[in-house]
Amino acid sequence: MPSHDVMPDIELYQPVQVEDALALATRLADRGWLLGGGQDTYGWLKDRAKVPEAMIDLNGIESLRGIRETADGVEIGALTTLTELINNPLIKERYSLLASAAERVASPQIRNVGTVAGNVAQDVRCWYYRRGLSCYRAGGNLCYADTPEGMNREHAIFGASRCVAVTPSDTAPALVALEASMVIRSESGERVVAAEDFFIGPNVDIRHTTVLRPGEILTSVRLPATWANATFYFEKVADRNAWDFALVSIAAAMRESGGVIQDARFVAGAVQCTPRRLLDVESAVRGQPRGEATAQTLGTLASQGAQPLNHNGFKLHLVDSLAKRALLG
Amino acid sequence: MTFMYIGKDFTPPDAQGKITGQARYAEDFRKEGMVFARLLTSPVPSGMVRNIDASEALRMDGVVGILTADDLPAAPRPGVPALSNELTYVGQPILALVAISEQIAENALERIKLDIERRPFVVDPLVSLTAGGPDAYPEGNVMSRTADGMALKSLKWAPQSVEAFRNGRDPGDVEYTTEWSYGELDAAFAECSVIVEEPFVTAGYPHHSLEPRTCMSYWENGRCYFHGSLQSQSAANAPLARMLGIELKDLCFINETTGGGFGSRIGPYPFMAITGYLSRNLNRPVQVRITREEEFSIGSARSGMQGWIKAGLKPDGKVAAVDVIIVNDGGASGSGSGSASAGAISVVYQPTAMRFRGVSVFTNTTPRGAQRGPGQNEMHAILEPIMDKAANQLGMDRLAFRRLNAPDNSAKVEANQGPVTSAYMREAIDMGSELFDWPAKINQPRRNGSKVIGVGVGMAYHGAGNNGFDGIVRIGPDGKIYLHTGVGNLGTYSYAATVRAAAEVLQCRWENCEIVRGNSDLGLPHSSGQGGSNTIFTHTRSNWVAAQDAVTKLKEIAAAELGGTVEDYSIGEERVFKTATPAQGLTYAEAAQRAITLGGRYSGAEYPDDINELTALAVQRIAGSGLVGVAKDNLEKNGTAPGLAIGFAEVEIDLDTGKYDILDYLGVAECGTVVHPKGLSHGMNGGGVWGMGMAGFERHVYDPQNGLPANVGLYQSKPPTFLDLPVTMRNAAVNIADPQSPVGARGIGEPAMGCAAAAVTSALADALGGHLFNRTPVTPDMIIDHVAQNTYNNKSLKTNTF
Repeated sequence: MPSHDVMPDIELYQPVQVEDALALATRLADRGWLLGGGQDTYGWLKDRAKVPEAMIDLNGIESLRGIRETADGVEIGALTTLTELINNPLIKERYSLLASAAERVASPQIRNVGTVAGNVAQDVRCWYYRRGLSCYRAGGNLCYADTPEGMNREHAIFGASRCVAVTPSDTAPALVALEASMVIRSESGERVVAAEDFFIGPNVDIRHTTVLRPGEILTSVRLPATWANATFYFEKVADRNAWDFALVSIAAAMRESGGVIQDARFVAGAVQCTPRRLLDVESAVRGQPRGEATAQTLGTLASQGAQPLNHNGFKLHLVDSLAKRALLG
Repeated sequence: MTFMYIGKDFTPPDAQGKITGQARYAEDFRKEGMVFARLLTSPVPSGMVRNIDASEALRMDGVVGILTADDLPAAPRPGVPALSNELTYVGQPILALVAISEQIAENALERIKLDIERRPFVVDPLVSLTAGGPDAYPEGNVMSRTADGMALKSLKWAPQSVEAFRNGRDPGDVEYTTEWSYGELDAAFAECSVIVEEPFVTAGYPHHSLEPRTCMSYWENGRCYFHGSLQSQSAANAPLARMLGIELKDLCFINETTGGGFGSRIGPYPFMAITGYLSRNLNRPVQVRITREEEFSIGSARSGMQGWIKAGLKPDGKVAAVDVIIVNDGGASGSGSGSASAGAISVVYQPTAMRFRGVSVFTNTTPRGAQRGPGQNEMHAILEPIMDKAANQLGMDRLAFRRLNAPDNSAKVEANQGPVTSAYMREAIDMGSELFDWPAKINQPRRNGSKVIGVGVGMAYHGAGNNGFDGIVRIGPDGKIYLHTGVGNLGTYSYAATVRAAAEVLQCRWENCEIVRGNSDLGLPHSSGQGGSNTIFTHTRSNWVAAQDAVTKLKEIAAAELGGTVEDYSIGEERVFKTATPAQGLTYAEAAQRAITLGGRYSGAEYPDDINELTALAVQRIAGSGLVGVAKDNLEKNGTAPGLAIGFAEVEIDLDTGKYDILDYLGVAECGTVVHPKGLSHGMNGGGVWGMGMAGFERHVYDPQNGLPANVGLYQSKPPTFLDLPVTMRNAAVNIADPQSPVGARGIGEPAMGCAAAAVTSALADALGGHLFNRTPVTPDMIIDHVAQNTYNNKSLKTNTF
């Protein structure tokens, strides 16, 4: 078993125009690898668990950077770092939910180089898969985590379909809650996908966690005005308070008027392969005042339908607790 | 006693280099023509390499060659061989490949084809102990004494015995490999009004030394120049020379800076042999650097425990009897610390009678070895909540209970119930109670919404002082004081703190002293392995006696030149002078010049018979360069020098999330005289951080399905981060001199960790109304499962839960 801490030989392309990057991505297809902040990339490549022939370094493309106000909200360049996101006045003022989520990603050093696109597009963190085992997600025909002896404390309680890995992204639940749109470009044009549809589970495609396909580049994320300046709540529970992935997280956006919640979006992270809308919770809180009384009525709504594995039954209590805490503020 | 330097802060001379990056580690050294070796390690937990096909790799440009187990002398079984065809854990080195660059070496490893025959494997000791369970080696799962020495054998317990053990009961009539007892156990239990009986589990975990270990060696004129990374500069020279098959005089060991050891770098680690053999065979400098991931498997780890304890308290609160059984996870090396774990109980609670029964079981996991307070610290983390339960059942304040049982100068230690050099635990408890404000803490409101406060206390012990090592000081004709030390620079600054004892004796200016260290050719004395909190006690003594020898020689030289007897002379301001007429004297520089002229024992041309061979070689190297003071520490030492500490923690658990914050932490050291206040403070805090990691975060996880380790990186292993710790950590020291140290000092490194781990587990139990997890680490999922009364995670003494 070779153990590595030296990067492998790899072709490096450094385009400065997005069109050139798209041409490269199309030409290289599965043989190429898009590089943003590198915080997911370098681990895969160093360990030789992924062995692309070429790396397309997007960092020279200025158009992929920056946060711009638009007619209907804000557009965030894909290469915007998480630190830039956290410190941006527009984000802090209108979409503090996203800033709060980004602030809980990993560590300051990683946030300084990790990008928005990288955070949402990063692959699952199931240790079996990361170790290079031939599981379903890696093209094999079994799941090591979903067994009686599997080490599955951090895995899914919903949506298992052969694979039981969960979404590791802290910003993804916030983007779904904010009804963000993901702008995807390819040589054949541009398509805009709702964040909720951007993330896909193993039942849809077990080899990918997003709808991105070879030849495509996520160029920006758009936040509509819909939830600007709403009431927000974000909480991430992890073993450690830095440099750790969520055991469960929650991102909630609520519109209050007349002392009651007019509309709400509650999204949980790390409970399934995609950010999970807590639709029952949302229905239950609409028309209700935000506070203890409503929180108590939620009971176990958030965890309804969960199918825990051997070691992750605690996630049911945790997602129920976090849903209630979102109401309490 | 009033000291010039002992008890005063100072800046160790290498501190700046650590900050600026100028400090040199083994990896930083280069030599012309140097080549690089990388290891190919086992992908399976158990098996046998039947064939190695390296032909494709060897054809690659830049590949120099490979070294396999067949190229090395046969290693004893079971053991931790440098390279092996018999595979007993994932990550075990099979071969080393040499290339002109690290990148080529890594790429070439991918081209090697291994034919491995798999064997059954086991990752949980109790699974192996159960009748019918797999053994880690074909011959067995434990070491057993035979007529020919120690040998592997298969030890099994009946399934019902294992089941009883898992459920918190004495397993009954089963076999152990280690047992000891003292006192009348049954009679002592009969006197008890409270008896608690609990099972427990602790996780093993790796050391995570910041510097992945590196070796570089080359040969010149028959001598081996070896750059390595060990805790001690001198302790491992002799075994390393034996490993390389050379005489001690033919080894130059260079170790200027070590990036942490924590017990994992006491002796020469096996792959040092790879470096030495390759460089000799190739006649080129060779560097072997392992990766962070390999440090996880090659760097060894703490042994985990599965155990059972029964403790009894008499009506007055005195601990009368303790009965403990420990099954250790010995990994591929079979190393366990159960006896040390039990011994620690005997020290901190001084039970009238005690029994220990234990067995260390081989598993197909990373080799186990010493790790900061091996055995003791994890025992304290488990023990303290259990003792809290006993005190609470008796209706006794938990601190008063500990005060009643605390070790003092009449304390007895471990199985042989030997004496201590001194012990002032009661004073530590009183100091801590006042500084932490124990009465106010335990009487504060405990519940606020989903948050609940817990207050805990934890005591810890480790033997903290040795004797019989050597010291060398040299006064140069330039008037400078050269303090030669074989103590390694492993990050604690003890190499600098201990030589201040010599400066103290010589009453010289600290700024006129130069510490000579880091390269055996500079003439460095034999030293301890610097394991187990030993350095401060052990090497202040050895420096003290060497400096005393120098002072004697100064006076003899002065008396010979200026008349009178040795008794007529004093020292001060770097002069030796007649006490009655201070103007008559010699400067240290003048005396050093006279020593060179006189030769013999004054210049180091002659030296005492009882010093270690390494020290003798060192004196030979520096002979004639000044006045040489050299001596073996033959000072009186009667009993164990204990390192003792008590920690106090206040935690706030969020019952919704299972997370907790440590709101306040105080560690009080009972380590005799404080030598270096800032060093002690850093040691208490650093140990405290690791203790908090033991209590709440760090663990090995091996998958029982395939024997693979789940957490081989720092982010997976989860040592605590800055944000997981108290905002401030406080510490204090009793600071009462130990009579068997000339400076009054004992060590404290290990208990600094154990008391913090125990204080946190005690506080967690307190917050949860006395609920005992009896497990480390206590993680959020466990707290939630308790709060939610989940039945999903019935882990019943299982190791490797994740």
